[in-house]
Amino acid sequence: MDLKVNSSVATRDERDAVDSVLGKPTQYTQGGQRFEQDLRVSRAGEALRNLRHMLLPTLHAVNDRIGWISRGSINYIAQQLDIAPAEIYGVASFYALFSTTERTMRQVHVCIDLACRAMGGLREDQLPEGTHPSPCLGTCERAPAVLVIEAGNPARHEVLAPATPVQITALAKGAWPDAEATVVSATPQVATDSKNLVLLGRIGKVDPLSISDYQEHGGFDALRKAMQLGATGVIDEVNASGLVGRGGAAFQTGRKWGAVAGQPAFPHYAICNADESEPGTFKDRVIMEGDPFALVEAMIIASFATGCEQGFIYLRGEYPRAIRNVQNAIDESTKHGFLGANILGSGFNFALSIVRGAGAYICGEETAIFNSIEGYRGEPRNKPPFPVEVGVFGKPTLVNNVETLVNVLSIVKDGGAAYAALGTEGSKGRKLFCLSGAVAKPGVYEVEFGITLRQLIELGGGMRNGSTLQAILLGGAAGGFVGPSDLDLPLTMEATRAAGSSLGSGVVMVLDQSVDMVDQLRRIAAFFRDESCGQCVPCRVGTVRQEEIVSRLAKGVQAQDIELLRELGTVMRDASICGLGQTANSAIDSAINKLKVFAQ
Amino acid sequence: MSTQVTTGLQVRRSVQLTIDDQSVTVAEGETILSACRTMGKEIPTLCYGDTITPKNACRVCMVEVEGSRVLVPSCSRKVEPGMVVRTDTERTDHSRKLVLELLGSSVDLSLTKNVARWNTEYGSEPTRFGKPAAPTNHRDEATTGHHHVADGSSVSNVLQPVKIDNELYIRDYSKCIMCYQCVDACGEQWQNTFAIGVAGRGFDIRISTEFNVDLTDSACVYCGNCIQVCPTGALMFTSEHNMRDAGTWKEEEQTQTDTICPYCGVGCALTLHVQDNEIVKVSSPSDHSVTHGNLCIKGRFGFQHVQNRAE
Amino acid sequence: MVGLATVFGAGGGTSSYQEVETTDLIVMWGSNARNAHPIYFQHVLKGIHNGAKMYSVDPRRSETAQWADLWLGLNVGSDVALSNTIAREIIHAGLTNRSFIENSTSGFAEYAASVEEWTLEAGSKVTGVPGEAIRELAHALGNAKTAQICWTLGITEHHNGVDNVLSLINLALLCGHIGRPGAGLSPLRGQNNVQGGGDMGALPNKLPGFQDVEDDAARTKFENMWNVTIPSKNGWNLTQMFEAMEHGKMKSAFVIGENPAQSEADGAHATALLKNLDHLVVQDIFLTKTAELADVVLPGSASWCEADGTVTNSERRVQRVRKAITPPGNAHDDIQIILDLAALMGHSWKYDSSEHVWNELRSLSPMHFGMTYARLADLGGIQWPCFSEDTLEPSYLHGRLWAQKLEDRGRLAPFSVVIDSPPVEKTTPEFPLRLTTGRRLDSYNTGVQSGGFQSPLRMAETIDMSPEDAVSMGIVDGEIVRITSPRGTVDAPARIDDGLRPGLVFMTPHFPDEVDTNLLTIEAIDPKSGTAEFKAAAVRIDKISKSDIRVPVAGE
Repeated sequence: MDLKVNSSVATRDERDAVDSVLGKPTQYTQGGQRFEQDLRVSRAGEALRNLRHMLLPTLHAVNDRIGWISRGSINYIAQQLDIAPAEIYGVASFYALFSTTERTMRQVHVCIDLACRAMGGLREDQLPEGTHPSPCLGTCERAPAVLVIEAGNPARHEVLAPATPVQITALAKGAWPDAEATVVSATPQVATDSKNLVLLGRIGKVDPLSISDYQEHGGFDALRKAMQLGATGVIDEVNASGLVGRGGAAFQTGRKWGAVAGQPAFPHYAICNADESEPGTFKDRVIMEGDPFALVEAMIIASFATGCEQGFIYLRGEYPRAIRNVQNAIDESTKHGFLGANILGSGFNFALSIVRGAGAYICGEETAIFNSIEGYRGEPRNKPPFPVEVGVFGKPTLVNNVETLVNVLSIVKDGGAAYAALGTEGSKGRKLFCLSGAVAKPGVYEVEFGITLRQLIELGGGMRNGSTLQAILLGGAAGGFVGPSDLDLPLTMEATRAAGSSLGSGVVMVLDQSVDMVDQLRRIAAFFRDESCGQCVPCRVGTVRQEEIVSRLAKGVQAQDIELLRELGTVMRDASICGLGQTANSAIDSAINKLKVFAQ
Repeated sequence: MSTQVTTGLQVRRSVQLTIDDQSVTVAEGETILSACRTMGKEIPTLCYGDTITPKNACRVCMVEVEGSRVLVPSCSRKVEPGMVVRTDTERTDHSRKLVLELLGSSVDLSLTKNVARWNTEYGSEPTRFGKPAAPTNHRDEATTGHHHVADGSSVSNVLQPVKIDNELYIRDYSKCIMCYQCVDACGEQWQNTFAIGVAGRGFDIRISTEFNVDLTDSACVYCGNCIQVCPTGALMFTSEHNMRDAGTWKEEEQTQTDTICPYCGVGCALTLHVQDNEIVKVSSPSDHSVTHGNLCIKGRFGFQHVQNRAE
Repeated sequence: MVGLATVFGAGGGTSSYQEVETTDLIVMWGSNARNAHPIYFQHVLKGIHNGAKMYSVDPRRSETAQWADLWLGLNVGSDVALSNTIAREIIHAGLTNRSFIENSTSGFAEYAASVEEWTLEAGSKVTGVPGEAIRELAHALGNAKTAQICWTLGITEHHNGVDNVLSLINLALLCGHIGRPGAGLSPLRGQNNVQGGGDMGALPNKLPGFQDVEDDAARTKFENMWNVTIPSKNGWNLTQMFEAMEHGKMKSAFVIGENPAQSEADGAHATALLKNLDHLVVQDIFLTKTAELADVVLPGSASWCEADGTVTNSERRVQRVRKAITPPGNAHDDIQIILDLAALMGHSWKYDSSEHVWNELRSLSPMHFGMTYARLADLGGIQWPCFSEDTLEPSYLHGRLWAQKLEDRGRLAPFSVVIDSPPVEKTTPEFPLRLTTGRRLDSYNTGVQSGGFQSPLRMAETIDMSPEDAVSMGIVDGEIVRITSPRGTVDAPARIDDGLRPGLVFMTPHFPDEVDTNLLTIEAIDPKSGTAEFKAAAVRIDKISKSDIRVPVAGE
């Protein structure tokens, strides 16, 4: 295109960072040197437009190396990718992990979200200099958590949890955290009940970086079985299992697979939604850190069944260890012939890569993921058309959550019927719960559907010493609160729905008497305001008004404010484009109606 | 002699659906909104424009569709056979009322057509959220994903100074409802210049050049196609802005005359807005096959040579 | 127009703007439509987004070229060489549309023989474009289901402009890219009513509706209507008129809405000839440089906003212009001025409106017959031909060439043997740089209209040069330099443009009062079209000291 870039020029480091993703420019017009041939021919057009999906990785490369994204680097990216600077700026400024203003190489992201603040973490107004607030870092079992990023070549990313204020201050001043606690610390059942675990079965037993270890523990058996069953056979088993999506929306997985497989348009794409950002959720992180090959194997099976030759794992940028381990699993699997051309001699080809998120809760929305992968702002798309027909790059696309996918391994190995025999009539199979807050042993728990809240808390060692239950948040910020009287609620889709709540992503956050519920509600409101993409009015303005009203209620309860909140909740639920806006009021609404938080 | 009409015409099947208990038949591919319009039903719209693919961002045109858990944007949802639509239920009215209030409490809608009437019709009171916060000139510096936690004492809004950085048009983003139309017109849907984009996130979302540089440092080519599609007066000819400031803008006294641009041989359709024998603004008919409402700098702003008159 | 009329019998673009949105291949040849025809380029962009490939052929890597899948930067004036090379490659690769050539064209064998010498190597040597790039464009043309070949003044403003057009038509004929939806030839007109002027008979050899002056039957029809005798021989085109002035054969002129003192190549010469006339009448909305030379100036009205009438655009669409404002002072409607002149000369012409004039035209020009004012308004203009008041014709011309029966195909389209002919003025050690000219986005022709508004984009006139030339001559961006051609000298600031290669410099005609570019350009005329070779002069650039900068006087 007829690009116009201003006179700001990228530094050598910035150019190197861009080139590390895109390669050195081959033409003068793309920012390269001017050679004889550039005087007579140039190429732009479709060849460059097809590179748009490289924008997000390129922005990451600059942000990683330099710490922020300057005008000079945006100009250089503009030339390399033939995208206007204003467009690139729009994308870069969408993500919270990027900065378009100069900042220090060291960024200390302190989690101020629900579980951390319930566990004595710092609030936004208590942060030491040189740090800044972060939404939930998905390390709730070791709350409070901090993510440190040091730009450079290579950039370093590390999580410290739990983190004391003294440690946080030290990080801001240049200290570096010790190695993170092992993954197995997040799965207390492994120590006591290891043999009954399936989804978490390998965690703590295998080296997550070793493909041979994985294979010795049943790894890739399911893939071999899947290839015997054939694509239709696999979909039949998944259908028979009754598995539904574990990301929150609970759509039937088999039906989705069948729909994608049957689409006449090609290519098909598979996306693993690993943008786990719902406050209080950390199960996908634990799987990716502790058993990353399982996710890779499940992606291969899903893609085999649905006819996808390319897959993406859209992985949260705040999960450095998960990124490292999954990347290793992809590399090793490729090396051993489980990814690439003609997998296991079946004639099936499949390429898998990670797309690293850059700090945007909304990108966990299944259509926002598409825009993000394609190099656009991560704004949700209108539905219909649905992803199975028109998804990423405008093609039929399978989107599944991490937990959903790893369930498929046992379904394929042991048959759908065996899986369906587990759980209840309305909620079949196994489920991971993210138990956090005031329990003795917070962590990810694998259970058969059907146990009650009380049983789950007991599985987690009961309430922490000296704690009295005040409330439980089910399903995260987009879910709802229940009270001590709900402890016998079975943790099934049907029972929670009947109780006016939702399992969502499996969050069970236990809040004791020390927790300031109004503070929790203000944080929920602030969270949605920060994370709204801003596209539609009910969510963009509604989340702001909601926060303002909750803040007002915190100072003094007025009946008309309660009514305003109710009206806001209705318009957000009825008229928002996507699930973020539609659920932005649900936890607050439940706190007011069930827990009577603002009762006069 | 041939009687064939233009090429590429496809025969479209018709679709029967029910809107507010009335059966209606429209062509396949039509939207619920266009079906309503053929029935003479008014559905309020703000972000919808007839030359831009619907973004359905404002959510004021929501209707109920049987079988749908949430309301449905009528501007973009295509009709389906047997669809049962309701346009005036408690839910749709509530939704419109609240959307008008949310926008009205955060944006200056004084030049947005029909808003006053709709506020009355739906009982919207944008002031009921509280006292508006003072205008700020820091909206372009927002940090994505962070905001100062609201204390509830005032109501956040987008009020800010007018951006005046060139002779031809001004940008008054206090009036911007984020309909995305200017960005789409500047971008892939028409002009393909991409001088402006959507920047930031959430309530800090804004229309911006790269790093908020002045238009004169941006890729802007002053085609004014953004002004053409702006539904709120946020983008405006400098001539109109100045006349409004001086109190001399009299739209009711203006005439609008369609003609053809005097410059190159493309033959773009112009609508000349004339007040007191002066061209005060140029637009272009959105349904014209040559222009679809779009012009270049010469067609949009190059009219002064007929009225640079010696006093 | 001459080239298209020669081959197809109608001097108009064969396609419609909307067809470029659905075509497979777009070739922008000698056209920077992105700047010069921005709204046409929006249709091109729709095509590109719909999956069309776009190739740009232009000496400069223009704004248009920057959108191209492939830009071919040929030497100025080597268009015939390039197109002949493409043709040979298409033929040798077996990519011609054989049945179309056989059924609908004539002269293929002779043409094929004439391009045989143009191997990729030979073509590359003359055009400067790598053979591989030529091959790619040839194969794209040969393989496309439909292609649009678009051009502008980069093709026509040469001493062999008509041959250039013919050479592009040859390519369309080779592949059958004509007479089908999405396939055709689109010349983009430089002015808003160039097409309409031709339609209305403002050509020395045509009556309205492209009816030949030398066709007795056509002439008789007009003579009966007008009750006068029309000269039975073709008249002079503009170039021939200037020649006639030079030889004293033309002694007076009535110029309406033209500024030849500034718009003609070798402006100084044109001005001298105009000064020499016995009597010069100029009808214009401004006191132009030409009007300043006139014995009588008739203040007209701005046709697009101070008067009613019609214009025709580059897709043959006749559209209404309407009066929106009243012209100032003593300015009159142009129709009224003509009527008044007629009355003073003893003729009482009765036309009470522009529609009245138009309806007379409709009665005389079958291709306009179906275009009533009411229909023009309802349909947003109508493309010619439009033979009846209740039908419309296909949006493309020459579908007849694809007819099943030979008798329905009309005159078969002839291939034209065209010979490479480099620019008249060679570069020499004394004038080593090739000067070419073109438009900027916000300005227009001699700036009479576009000078009226303030544009944030506007730069004053510059001499654009490659970074390499600037370095080798020690010139910095913005430095005022002296540009000299065999005909004249102007001073202008240098502007470094990396869309130019060494040896190629660029200027516009937009600011003749400050920098009269046409003092430099060469009056080498294409005898068939009367268009001058604005696109190729030879110049030298000299550094000058500040005190030496001269303020040019136009017509000096």
